Parts: sequence; structure tokens; C-alpha cells
Amino acid sequence: MSNITDLGIKAIRDGVRDGTFSAREVAEAFNANVAAGKELNAFLVETPEHALAAADAADKARAAGEELAPMAGVPVGMKDLFCTDGVEATAGSHILEGFTPQYESTVSANLWKAGAGMLGKLNMDQFAMGSSNETSAFGNVISPWRRNDGGNTDLAPGGSSGGSASAVSGRLCPAATGTDTGGSIRQPAAFVGISGIKPTYGRCSRWGVVAFASSLDQAGSMAHDVTDCAIMLQAMAGFDPKDATSLDLPVPDWENALSGDLKGKRVGIPKEYRIDGTPKEIDDLWEQGAEWLRDAGAEIVEISLPHTKYALPAYYIIAPAEASSNLARYDGVRYGQRELPDGAGLQDMYAATRAEGFGPEVKRRIMIGTYVLSAGFYDAYYTQAQKVRSLIARDFEQAWEHCDMILAPTAPSAAFGLGEKADDPLAMYLNDVFAVPASLAGLPAMSVPGGLDGQGLPLGLQIVGKALDEQSVLNAGLAIEQRAGFTARPDKWW
Amino acid sequence: MSVDSKTVKKIASLARIQMDDAEVEALVPELNNILGWVEQLGEVDVTGVEPMTAVIPNTLRLRDDVINADPLTGGGVRDKVLANAPAPEHGFFGVPKVIE
Repeated sequence: MSNITDLGIKAIRDGVRDGTFSAREVAEAFNANVAAGKELNAFLVETPEHALAAADAADKARAAGEELAPMAGVPVGMKDLFCTDGVEATAGSHILEGFTPQYESTVSANLWKAGAGMLGKLNMDQFAMGSSNETSAFGNVISPWRRNDGGNTDLAPGGSSGGSASAVSGRLCPAATGTDTGGSIRQPAAFVGISGIKPTYGRCSRWGVVAFASSLDQAGSMAHDVTDCAIMLQAMAGFDPKDATSLDLPVPDWENALSGDLKGKRVGIPKEYRIDGTPKEIDDLWEQGAEWLRDAGAEIVEISLPHTKYALPAYYIIAPAEASSNLARYDGVRYGQRELPDGAGLQDMYAATRAEGFGPEVKRRIMIGTYVLSAGFYDAYYTQAQKVRSLIARDFEQAWEHCDMILAPTAPSAAFGLGEKADDPLAMYLNDVFAVPASLAGLPAMSVPGGLDGQGLPLGLQIVGKALDEQSVLNAGLAIEQRAGFTARPDKWW
Repeated sequence: MSVDSKTVKKIASLARIQMDDAEVEALVPELNNILGWVEQLGEVDVTGVEPMTAVIPNTLRLRDDVINADPLTGGGVRDKVLANAPAPEHGFFGVPKVIE
């Protein structure tokens, strides 16, 4: 066998079951890669002992002849937005520095129940606000990928799940959790040539996940291929009474129902996603993707999502509005940092704590959110945006009369260099133009690698499905994966 | 609609974020840029459209009316609740004096 750390979830799970290697060997191999991967700055906290304990439990269960749990022996990375008992969680922000959750998020608890272990907590854009991981208070995450121009420019791994993307792509972990509010799983997955799925809103519990925009936040899996994404999402999802928006539905066996045969399925190509200025390589890949799905038996139909161009501006009202409310909890009283200038009263303490603890992008969004929710502007901004959101959801409802899923690019560009877009918030927001509509409508969506651009960087294709139809999304992803033959991986330079 | 430095100061105070004049001045054009861009939503005809209130139709549940129905969200965990407080005092969250 070449190298354990080249393996994904399924290969590790099956190898541990068959006794090809022990779970401890797996955990030790990945722990070593994590320790050797510090230049990527993907991990905020390393938890090798957590991975080893889960591995030993898996090995012990096997030795005792017990049936192994679905992810027994598989170590994963956890985006730092998830609270895990006794391990610092900062959500990439100074304001939460030192915060050590005294409880376990439902998603992480589900993963441990499924036999997985934790390699560590992954860096991310501060409070998941960003598309390049440059808003983290703990430094940029660097993508393992480099352009083929020999220039060695450090590239953004995408965001906000940038640590997850970098760590999986660099083989520091076989898979990682991500969260997606407006593309934060799909865009980074596309930037580093891995797969990532955001399920239907409500599939994964938000309990114990640091909140950004509660009507949009949804956890999902990021891994090397579609099958691994299915296995991990299955372990993460499930009804949780502690989350008022959790869906009280059984979790389907997505892995077993995987099929790249799309006979009888119709795939919609939304004409409004053809945007001026999209690089030709991305348009070409999109066409190629449609060709692959046709080859898998699907019928390709042009569809219309007329309100597409309003999705991004609606998102940048709704998400900051929810964020300004959610982030009101960071007050220096109950957890995290406190700034108490001499002689300061309670209100001064709040303002000083928040000035010191939040980064510029977080402040910007709290300010926008506060403004659009303030008296006199609420209807013009927030109510209007929520009405437009209804229209965007209706666009999808009407599209489903003509198709079963939608194919689009994941992002309008390949990975960009760190710093290249950092000065212009609007240019950064536009990176999520293809990702945000599905988020606003709560639909399942995934990105799978489709090919490389002229600079040797990965490009992703996105599939959006009907609510609760993750299976069709995964199946179409698999059909693309089987035909794209994407085997490119970054050369190790770190 | 656009904001001036006076409005930005007002928003910062509502949001409880202390800002000096330089920060306020820097934010004025940034916020105006973003607000100018989101204003295109005004073009959309929303006659008869209800604002979205639930992404996926769902019913609100009530939990059993039992003490500690779920121990994870139940009571009796004062020390855990206080474990991360910057200034816990006598089993309470400590704050600067609020009564003169």
C-alpha cells in the first residue's frame, strides 16, 4: 500500500474493517501530517489524542468481534465553528479566544457516535464571514495548490471553510466538516479540487454551531470524493429537538443508494447564470459538465431563474441582519474576551470589548445589519430582501417543473492569490454569485472538481437539487466524478 | 439612501462597537458602496409577495413540559455556565457597577 494518508473515508473505513491496517495506524499517520503541515495554517487547535482515542476504540471493537460503526477508525477535521467539549473554539475571532465549550455540538456528537475521531479544529474566516479565509484573526490559511507559473504565489483556499479545504486537499485529514451560509462549503471545495456538500436546510442540527445567519447556516461534509461526502453527511445529519429548525425526518442511506446512472433525470441549465466576464474556461467546463451528465443518461434542458441577479444583494441584507442579531451575544460578560477600560461602565465595556474583539469584516457586516434593521429602514431593506428571497425560492419551485436538478459552475473564478481581493469587499462578495441562490432557498447543493484551468488550478461544478433530494445531487456529482477523471493533486511544498 | 459619518456613528453606537473618527470616516464610503449595490432590490416588483419566514416548511414543536427533559439544555449546571465567564463572582456573571 502506498500511503494511508492518500486514502479517503470509505477506503479507511473498509481497510480498518478488513484489518488491512489498524485504526491507530491511520490516526498516527494523519496526526503526523497535521504536525508537519503547520505552514498551511489550516489548524487552530490540534487534538491528536482525540483521534487516537477514537482509533483505539475502533481497534478494540474490531478485536472483540463487534460490528464497527459507520465511520469507525476515520479521523476528521472539525471547522472551528463547531463546539466540541473541552477544546477551544474561537470561530476564527479574537472575541472568543479562550472559550472552551463545556458541551458537544450535535453534529460532532453524531460523528463521534459513528466512530470518527478528531484531528483538530480548523481555521476559518472570522465567524464564517469571508470567501478567502483572510478574515481569520489567526492568520491566513494557505492553499496547498500553486499556479503552474513557478511564481509560488500563496493562494486562497476559499472561504469560509478554508481550513477544511486546505487540510483535506493537503491530505492533513481525509475529510472535514464545513458550514455553508452562502457558499462556504462549495466555493472552498472548488478552489482546492475536492468535493463538498451542503444538505437541505435543517438536515444537520445547528445546536452547538457558532451562529452566523441562522436561516442560512447549514453544516455539511468536505472530502476527496462524492462517496466520502455521502458517508460523512449521513453520519452528521439527523433530527435534533434542540434545534427548532431541525427536520424531523429519517436520514436516508445516501451511500448505498449512490448511482451515477441518470436515465430519466432532467438537468436544468439556468440561463441567468451566464454572466458577462465569466472566464471562458469556466463556461467550457460547464458545457463539458452538461455533456458528462447527458452521457450518464440525463436530459439537458435550459431553464430560467429570473431573480438570480438579486440573490446576492438580498443575501447581503439578510445575512448581515441575522449576524448583527446573533453576534449581539458577544458582550464580554459570559464568555470570551472582555475589555474593561479604567472607570468604564457596562455600556463602555460592551463597546470596547466588541471594538477590540471583532475583525473589520465582522464589524462591517454588523454595521450593515444594524442599519438595515433600524427603525425607518427595516421595510425598505430587510422586508424587501425577504420578499425577494421568496421570489428566488419560487424561481426554483417553478424550475422543478422542468428539471430534477440544476448544473452550474461553483464559483466565477479559480482560486485567487491572497491579498488580491482583500481591499474590495464587494469584489469578494461577488465570488459567491453562483452559490448564494441555493442557500437562500435552503436547497441541497454540492461542488465536485471538474478539471484544471490554464494555470493548473482546480475548477468546480455545482449541482443544486430539490429540497430533501440530496440523493439526486450526490448521484449527479458521482456521474461527473466518474467522467471527469480528476486525479490532479497539489505537489507537497510545505 | 446613503449614510454620512453622523449616521455611521449612530449605527456604531446601536451596535455597541466603539469607533474612533478615522474608523468612522473609512466606513462611510465602504457602507455606501455596499448599500448602493443592494439598492437594486428596489427594482423588483414584489406586489403580493409575502416575505419569507421559513426556508423549509416546518412546524414548531413544543418539548415535553418536564424539568430537564433534555439534560443537555436543562439546569443545574451553574459551574459549566460560568466556566468561560471573564469575571465570575460568587456564582454570578460579574459586570462593572451599573447602579449609581
